[in-house]
Amino acid sequence: MDIDDHEITISVNGVRYQRRVESRMLLSDFLRHDLGLAGTHVGCEHGVCGACTVLLDGQPVRSCLMFAVQAEKHEISTVEGVAGGDGEYHPLQQAMHDHHGLQCGYCTPGILMTMTAFLEENRSPSEEEVREALSGNLCRCTGYQNIVDAVMAAAKRMRG
Amino acid sequence: MSTRTFGEPIKRNEDRRLLTGQALFIDDVELPGMLHAAFLRSQVAHARIRKIDVSRALRRPGVVAAYVADDLGDYWKPGPLLVPPPPIAGIVFNQRTQVPLAKNKVRHVGEPLVIVIAESRYIAEDALDDIDIELEQLPAVVDIEQGLKAGSALVHEDLDSNVSAHVRQTKGNYATAAAKADHIIKRQFRYEHGISSPIETRGVVAQWDKRANQMTIWDTTQAPVFIRNGLAGMLGLSERQVRVIAPFVGGGFGPKIMMFYPEEVLLPWVSMKLNRPIKWIEDRLEHFFATTHERGQIHDAEMALTRDGRILGIKDVFLHDGGAYDPYGLTVPINSQCTLLGPYVVPNYDSTFTQVFTNLTLVTPYRGAGRQHGVFVMERLLDFAAHELNIDRAEIRRRNLIPADAFPYKNEIIFQDFQPLEYDSGNYEPVLDMALKAIGYNAFREEQAAARRQGRHLGIGVACYVEGTGIGPYEGAKVQVQSNGKVSIATGIGTQGQGHFTVFAQIAADQLGVAVTDVDVVTGDTDQFYWGAGTFASRGAVVAGNAVNEASKVVRKKALKLASDLFECAEEDLVLEDGKVSIVGIPEKFVRLGDLAGRANPMRGAVQPGTEPGLESTQYFGPPMGATANGVHAMIVEMDPRTFDLKILKYVVVHDCGTVINPMILAGQIHGGVAQGIGNAFYEKLVFDDQGQLLNASLADYLLPTALEVPRVELGHTVTKSPLNPMGIKGAGEAGAIPVGPLFAQAIEDALDLERRGVELLEIPLSPSRLFELTRNAPG
Ligand code: FES
Ligand code: FES
Repeated sequence: MDIDDHEITISVNGVRYQRRVESRMLLSDFLRHDLGLAGTHVGCEHGVCGACTVLLDGQPVRSCLMFAVQAEKHEISTVEGVAGGDGEYHPLQQAMHDHHGLQCGYCTPGILMTMTAFLEENRSPSEEEVREALSGNLCRCTGYQNIVDAVMAAAKRMRG
Repeated sequence: MSTRTFGEPIKRNEDRRLLTGQALFIDDVELPGMLHAAFLRSQVAHARIRKIDVSRALRRPGVVAAYVADDLGDYWKPGPLLVPPPPIAGIVFNQRTQVPLAKNKVRHVGEPLVIVIAESRYIAEDALDDIDIELEQLPAVVDIEQGLKAGSALVHEDLDSNVSAHVRQTKGNYATAAAKADHIIKRQFRYEHGISSPIETRGVVAQWDKRANQMTIWDTTQAPVFIRNGLAGMLGLSERQVRVIAPFVGGGFGPKIMMFYPEEVLLPWVSMKLNRPIKWIEDRLEHFFATTHERGQIHDAEMALTRDGRILGIKDVFLHDGGAYDPYGLTVPINSQCTLLGPYVVPNYDSTFTQVFTNLTLVTPYRGAGRQHGVFVMERLLDFAAHELNIDRAEIRRRNLIPADAFPYKNEIIFQDFQPLEYDSGNYEPVLDMALKAIGYNAFREEQAAARRQGRHLGIGVACYVEGTGIGPYEGAKVQVQSNGKVSIATGIGTQGQGHFTVFAQIAADQLGVAVTDVDVVTGDTDQFYWGAGTFASRGAVVAGNAVNEASKVVRKKALKLASDLFECAEEDLVLEDGKVSIVGIPEKFVRLGDLAGRANPMRGAVQPGTEPGLESTQYFGPPMGATANGVHAMIVEMDPRTFDLKILKYVVVHDCGTVINPMILAGQIHGGVAQGIGNAFYEKLVFDDQGQLLNASLADYLLPTALEVPRVELGHTVTKSPLNPMGIKGAGEAGAIPVGPLFAQAIEDALDLERRGVELLEIPLSPSRLFELTRNAPG
C-alpha cells in the first residue's frame, strides 16, 4: 500500500500542533503516541466502549473512529485539559474522587469527557438522564452507581 | 493512635493520577527505538499446520523480523503447570500446557502461529496479510459431552481421550443418606460463565539492555513476581537480571494472572534477539480469543432431604470445559465442587467431575472462578425442594444454615489451596435476616399481588453463598520511613483497581501516626519488592494487608525505641502522632519521624550489633488457610411477559467479610462484582458454532452491562472476624459476582409464574430470547 502523508494542524487543549501523519492514522493513536497525550485510552477500537472519547469542538466523539486528518482545524479537548491550569479539579473530577467513581481508572478519561460535555448541556439532570448519557461508556469495575452519584453531585455543585 | 483511619471511608490516594490522565498504563510505555509486534493467529479451531511461509512479510518495508515455532529452537517449550493437582486420592490429571507458537497443530481459534516485528503496529498488522499459510482443518471438539464420546476428535492426540482431569471427593456416604431420605430432587444444570473483558486489554513491553545485562518487562499481569521468576528461568538469566513491572492495570478479574501467555514468553526473547525494545498491545478482537475465558459446566445433581426440608446429602457429577490446555490445573472445577456446599449443613456429599479438553480458548479463573457454577446448583436445588416440599424459599435456606456455634466448620474435602475445606468463622442467620428485611420479604407477596392486578409482573429472589478468600501462600511488605517523613510501602502483588494504594496506606498510617496521603504505596514492581505471589482469590487485602500491618508494627517499635534513647525516657511515655514522636504531656518536646529515620542511618558512630540501619522493616504473612466470607443477595425484578424485558427494581447485598478496612472501597468491589454477575446471568454469552468459531467477538455483540442495566445496590454488613489473621479480615473481591445467576433464575420464575406453568430455569445465562424459547409452549 502506498503510504500517503498529510501535514495537519490540530489544536488540543488549546495548544496548536503541526504534524505529518499517515492518512490512516487514528485520532486516538495520534493523540496517544504522536502527541504523547496518553490519558485518552482505547478499550475496543470499534466504537463501543467509549474509553477513547474526546471532545471535538466541545462535542464528545470516539477518537478510535476518526482519523487524525479529520480533526484538522478542529479544537480537541482531552482528559489532560479537564483540570484547571493550577491542577485544580473540575467539579466532576472532584466528585468522582469523593464518590469513589473509579477503580482501575481505565474507563475514567472517556467518562470524564462524555459527562463534562453532558453537564454543560444539562445542569439539572435526573438520575435516569445521567444513566442514559453514561450508557455509551463501558466500565467493568464500578457497577456505575458511584459514577452516577458523582455526576449528580457535580451537577449540583455546578448549579452553584 | 489519635486518628484511626482503619475502618473509615478514606478517599483514594491513586485517584489524582487516574483522573488527570497521568497514570502509566501499559500502552503508555514509550521507549526509544521501540518496535511493535503483531501475531498471526489461527482462524480455525483445530487443524494440522501444513505450511507457513513468512518470506513475503519480511520483504515489506518496515518489517524487521518474523518468527515461527521452529525459529525458537530450545526456547520453544510448553508452559509450566501453575497449580499442580491437589492431594486427592485417585485423581487423574493429564498435563497439557500451552505453547508459545503452535507447532504441527493448532488447538483453538486465536492460537498464535507467527510473531511479526515491525517499526509500527500498523505495519506489523499489514504484514500479517503477507504470510502464506496452509492448514488442514480437523473436526473440532466444541461440546463437552460429545468430546467424551468414543470416536471424538482428540485435542491432544497422544492421549486416548479428551479427559484433562477426573476427581471425586466425598464426605460421609451419600447413598446411605439418600436411602433414608423422604424426598429427592434431581436435575441437570448448565452454567456458562463468559469472559472477564476488562476495558484495558492485555499488553507486554520488553526491553533488553545489553550493556546492563538487564531485562525489563512491563506486563499487565496480576502476578509480577511469578512472571519474573518464570521468565528468568526460560531466558537463562538470574532473577536479579529481570525486572517485571505491572504498571496501572485497567482491570484484571482473573485472566491477567494466567501464566504464561505466549506473548509474555515471546516478547522478551525477541527483544534479546534484536536488542531493541518491543511492544505488543492486544486488540479487542484478539482479547476474545487469546485471553483466557471461563465457560460451561454441566451438572447432574441430586439432593436428598427430609420432609421438613433438611438436607441429608448431595450428589453431583459434572463436566467442566477446560479449553485446549490446562495450565491452571483443577482450580476452577475444584472451586465449583467446594463452593457448592455453601453456608449449609450438608452431612453427606459425593461429587465427581471431569475436566474436558476442547478446541476452544483456555479456561482459567475469572472473578468467582467456578464458585458461581456450584452456587447455582445448590441454590436451584433448594428452590425446587422448597416448591416440592411446600416450604418458603427463604425458610428452607434458614433451616439448613450452619449454626453459629459450629465454627470452625469442617467440610472434609480439599479446597483449591490444598487445605481441607474448613470455614474459619461465621454467623449466617443474621445475614439472611438482614437481607430479607432490607428487600421487604414479608411484605412482598402483597406487593406482588397488587402489582399483578395492575398487569405488572414482579418477582423476588434470595440466594446465599460463601466465598473462600485470602488463601496463601504468603505476601510480604516493606515499610520504610523516608527522611522527609513520608512513609513508603512496597509489596509484591499487582493491583488492578482494588484500592491497594489506599488500604495499605491506611494500615501503615494508623500504626505510624501519619496521614494516609503521606504514605506512598508501590505495588507490582519486582525491583521494589522481591517476593510475593499475586492478586487472586480475593487475597490482596487479607494477605498483603496483614504483611503491611506486621511491618508497620515493627517500624513503630523501632521509632519509639530510637526516640526513647534520644529523650532518655521510657517508650511508654511517648506518643507517635502527626508524623512525630513526643513526650506525653509535653507536646513541645518532640522529634519528627523523618529525623528519626535520619538518625537510624548515622554518618558516624556505630550501628549497634543486632540492629539494622534505617527506619524500616520487611515482614511476611502467610495464613494457615483461606478465610471464608459469606453473604446473601436479594432482588426484586419486574418482567415484561411478552418481551421478557427485565428491570431490577431493588437489589440488596448483605455480607460478612470480617473486619472492614475501607467501607467505601469495599462497597465499590461489591457494586462491580454485582454488575459482572448481572452480565453473566442475563447479557453475556460466548456463542460458538460447531467448528469452534466464536460468533460474537466484539463488544457490540458480546454485551457488557451498561449504566442502564446495573441497578443501585443496597449494602448491609455484619462483621465476624477471621481468627486466621491478626486484623480479622476476609477477602471480598468476588462476593458481588457469585450468587447472581440463581438469583435471576429464581426471581424470573417468580415474576413469570413459571412454577405453576411447569417451566424450570436450569441454566445461565438467560436472556429475553432464551426465556421466549423456554416458555413459548408453556400454558399462560
Ligand atoms: S476505544 Fe473507542 S470506543 Fe472503545
Ligand atoms: S474503573 Fe475500571 S473500567 Fe471503569
